[in-house]
Amino acid sequence: MDMKTTQQRFGRLEARVPLSAAELELIGAIQGGLPLVARPYAQLAEQLGMTESAVIEHLTRLQASGVVKRMGLVVRHRELGYGANAMVVWDVPDAEVSELGRCLSSFEFVTLCYRRPRQGVEWPYNLFCMIHGQDRETVRGMVRQLVQCCGLEDIPHTLLFSGRRFKQRGARYQNSAAREEPVAP
Amino acid sequence: MDHRADLTDLERRLLDNYQQGLPLSPTPYADMAQALASSESEVLLALGHLQQLGVISRVGPVFRTHAVGVSTLAAMAVPPEQLEAVAAIVNSFAAVNHNYEREHRFNLWFVATAASDAELADVLTKIEDLTNIKVMPLPMQEDYHIDLGFDLLWT
Repeated sequence: MDMKTTQQRFGRLEARVPLSAAELELIGAIQGGLPLVARPYAQLAEQLGMTESAVIEHLTRLQASGVVKRMGLVVRHRELGYGANAMVVWDVPDAEVSELGRCLSSFEFVTLCYRRPRQGVEWPYNLFCMIHGQDRETVRGMVRQLVQCCGLEDIPHTLLFSGRRFKQRGARYQNSAAREEPVAP
Repeated sequence: MDHRADLTDLERRLLDNYQQGLPLSPTPYADMAQALASSESEVLLALGHLQQLGVISRVGPVFRTHAVGVSTLAAMAVPPEQLEAVAAIVNSFAAVNHNYEREHRFNLWFVATAASDAELADVLTKIEDLTNIKVMPLPMQEDYHIDLGFDLLWT
């Protein structure tokens, strides 16, 4: 893969929120999860040489600015009875991607919805969403509902059901080998 | 794999109520316990149990894609008989956090995250070199979903 294309491909459309060195350090310390102790923010603070209130203030700001989308329990769907998981990809006219993306996202059962670049004839799809359901028939029914409600009858789409899960854990944004989770077989 | 039957009432209520809005007070677990008419030690035990079962991957923040570092979804069309071996190579990179088989000619899908574009490109190139299979990068360009967690069905 040549570098030049890559840099264009990874180009960001959304503006970045500038982060301080202290915030980056905190993100590095918290990305694997909060410690399960009575005062988790105090424990992080001690580790980072900050005060507990500074940790709380940073996290409040990161949430308010949207860097952190949410804080809480991060579930793994398969362990909770959602055995069927499909990536649904759509080949949408460029001018309609945002509108249709918002329509798909408005459904409870859609857990992610992104615009991504097409990759030539091999991969003509530019709108992706993820659906978790208890079984495949349920997921297919949800896709029919999306087609009907968002007016996608003439839009080519494909379902990619997931098979084996080779790895699933939170992203690591800094080079920390700490707390690598076991990989599911 | 489905652990719903193994969960206590408190564990279910934690899953229903705290996929977002973890308290930003000095004692978040005590605050959650109070809201759920439980105790701090029971909440800590319950969260530990959920983590041990693999029902939750962690208690903590979910970052907006590209807010910190860079990442991309990537796909590979792997000959089926090589899939496990190629998946193991992909998994060996710390930058890879999700890696799934999907039923398609493009049958291996993973997410890689790095501090910079150059580091990310380097990971993808190394995967191509080690596997001799082309990696198709599909970075996010726009996010339409507001993540509020997921409404779980208990039956």
